[in-house]
Amino acid sequence: MKKTQGFKRLTQGLSALAGGLLLSSAVQAEGELHLYNWSDYMPQALLDKFAEQYDVKVTQDTYDSNETLLAKLKSGVKGYDVAVPGDYMVAIMVKEGLLENIHANKLSNFSKVKKDLINVYFDEGREYSVPYQFGTTAFMVDTAVYGGDINTLDILFNPPAELKGKINMFRDVNDVINAALRYKGYETCNANRKELKEVNDMLKTASENWLSIQSDGAREMLVSGDAAVSMVWNGMALRARQEKASLQYAYPKEGLTAWADNLVVLKDAPNLENAKLFLNFMMEPENAATLTNFAGYTAGVEGTDPYLDEKFKGALELNPPAGAPVAEFVPPCDPEVVRLYDRIWTNLLK
Amino acid sequence: MSATHKPTLLENDGVRRSLLLSPAVIMIGIFLIMPLLMVLVFSFLQPGTYGGVIWEFSTDAYRQFFFEEDFLTEEMVFTPAYLEIFGASFTNAVIAVFFCFLVGFPTAYFIATRPARTQGLWLFAITIPYWVNLLIRTVSMLFIIRDQGPLNEFLLNLGIIDKPLSIAYTQYAVVLGLFYSYLPFMVLPLYAAIERFDFSLLNAAHDLYASRWKALRYVLFPSVRNGIIAGCLLVFIPSLGAFIAPDVLGGGKQLMIGNMIALQFQGSRNWPFGAAAAVILLTFVLCLLMFFAWRASKSSQSAQQKAQHKAQQKVQQTNEGGSH
Repeated sequence: MKKTQGFKRLTQGLSALAGGLLLSSAVQAEGELHLYNWSDYMPQALLDKFAEQYDVKVTQDTYDSNETLLAKLKSGVKGYDVAVPGDYMVAIMVKEGLLENIHANKLSNFSKVKKDLINVYFDEGREYSVPYQFGTTAFMVDTAVYGGDINTLDILFNPPAELKGKINMFRDVNDVINAALRYKGYETCNANRKELKEVNDMLKTASENWLSIQSDGAREMLVSGDAAVSMVWNGMALRARQEKASLQYAYPKEGLTAWADNLVVLKDAPNLENAKLFLNFMMEPENAATLTNFAGYTAGVEGTDPYLDEKFKGALELNPPAGAPVAEFVPPCDPEVVRLYDRIWTNLLK
Repeated sequence: MSATHKPTLLENDGVRRSLLLSPAVIMIGIFLIMPLLMVLVFSFLQPGTYGGVIWEFSTDAYRQFFFEEDFLTEEMVFTPAYLEIFGASFTNAVIAVFFCFLVGFPTAYFIATRPARTQGLWLFAITIPYWVNLLIRTVSMLFIIRDQGPLNEFLLNLGIIDKPLSIAYTQYAVVLGLFYSYLPFMVLPLYAAIERFDFSLLNAAHDLYASRWKALRYVLFPSVRNGIIAGCLLVFIPSLGAFIAPDVLGGGKQLMIGNMIALQFQGSRNWPFGAAAAVILLTFVLCLLMFFAWRASKSSQSAQQKAQHKAQQKVQQTNEGGSH
């Protein structure tokens, strides 16, 4: 026991040393901002605009899921200032002490935030985070390949012959398992072992009809025709449809996930003031509109309409048709459920 | 005077030696021993819910490699799943070695038999693709082999196939990726070995009516044996633990050990299990290397013994001849 304690102290000391080295190098180069964001989620023009406006050098790294973000930060990676976690991940990150309380609601542009996005369960009153964009997660089908009804999760889990072997799933434990739970008619955030066992077996069988399981490049696969079905977020779907008109976003009758991404400042951010400036900058309606025009999701602030592209008028992806189910926000599940989900996920991938 | 001269600390042989050795020892300590020790320690801990570890001793990670908890009864039952991943990785790596050798040997032979001036140029050409990051090359490979890619389009246009070959996101794609990633590791040691080979031995073999195959099999291969072993190991070991090729070309569905370990530190958030799998992989590779080292030393020993034995016989013969 004593030995492991000593080793623990040693590793902690080493990571502190490494952290110190990183910090000292950050101090040398003033006027920087290190952004850690989802891939394909930020127009370079906007970063350039911020860089020019505040004379700050902006660098961006990307990740492909909330879980990857969490894993990186939990492994002790330092040096990032701003990240873009989804709703439930903000709650987890606050609990894990990974976020800096910047009193986000005191930022000057906070007044522009949409009112129903202020008192949210994951950050009551918005101390840690400001809204980035929000949307839904479902899937998209190439109607040139399959002409039948696409508004059902059968497309993913029990596909018609035309679509077999042409399906890409997100590499995201919650998106896949939540969809599977809805398909089976079970509650999300579910600790019922009998039901999870069914989900586990169902996924294993369904995966035989899947081409791949990856999040990065899903739009590319749809547009190139490598995949005829892929899980997508609605904004990604809109962009894909503009490149290939036969692609259609589905509103599965069993339900779909709603999400809201947020800008947060990470604990011990080396460039705290620049990070706050950046959050405030992104809440400017014109900038938020630039982001929406690029990524295709709904902005979290009011007043973006005058700046928005024509393509959003009546877009199916952002305006659910009558009769479509209401998208469901999924809060973080209990640790026991998380562990069971992780097991199903590992079973599926292995 | 000189007899009473006391050596200063730096003139002391022992101190000097340890001072000169210290950079190497410190480097190995920090960059080899420490990380490996960390992996070993972490493999005996409990996983935290959101990643990280709980500092409690446990052998669960190693048990998980062979057993899994049943969803309903919560009993531990044997699962071959991870062993299967190990087996699949092993198979992929062996196939990659085979094709690397098949292509690498003639390539190395070709380069080694060019005039000395141009050999450098050929070797240089081998390395050019490797100036580009491995990830970028692997993604490019995906774009070439995918259903709508140039390879399939070319074959379709020629009329050789009437629907695209589905190579992308299969085991074939993964093996192709491994082959492409590690080919130079085969070519370079083979070249080094063949370049030192005395080609007049081949002429001698032909003079003694050896066929081309026999000359290759009994003269060239044994002489460059160490190069072959080095090349095969250099391809096999990184292939076994490869991460990028299966991840990109396998589309997340062709898991190899490397991906399985990486998954434990990302989506699955089970650091101890990832560490345990790494320890098991490391042990396996180590055993393999020791086996080759043991065989190499044994065969060189037996060769020496044979030579000694022959020499003794000869001496005896000459002695006997002398007594007549």
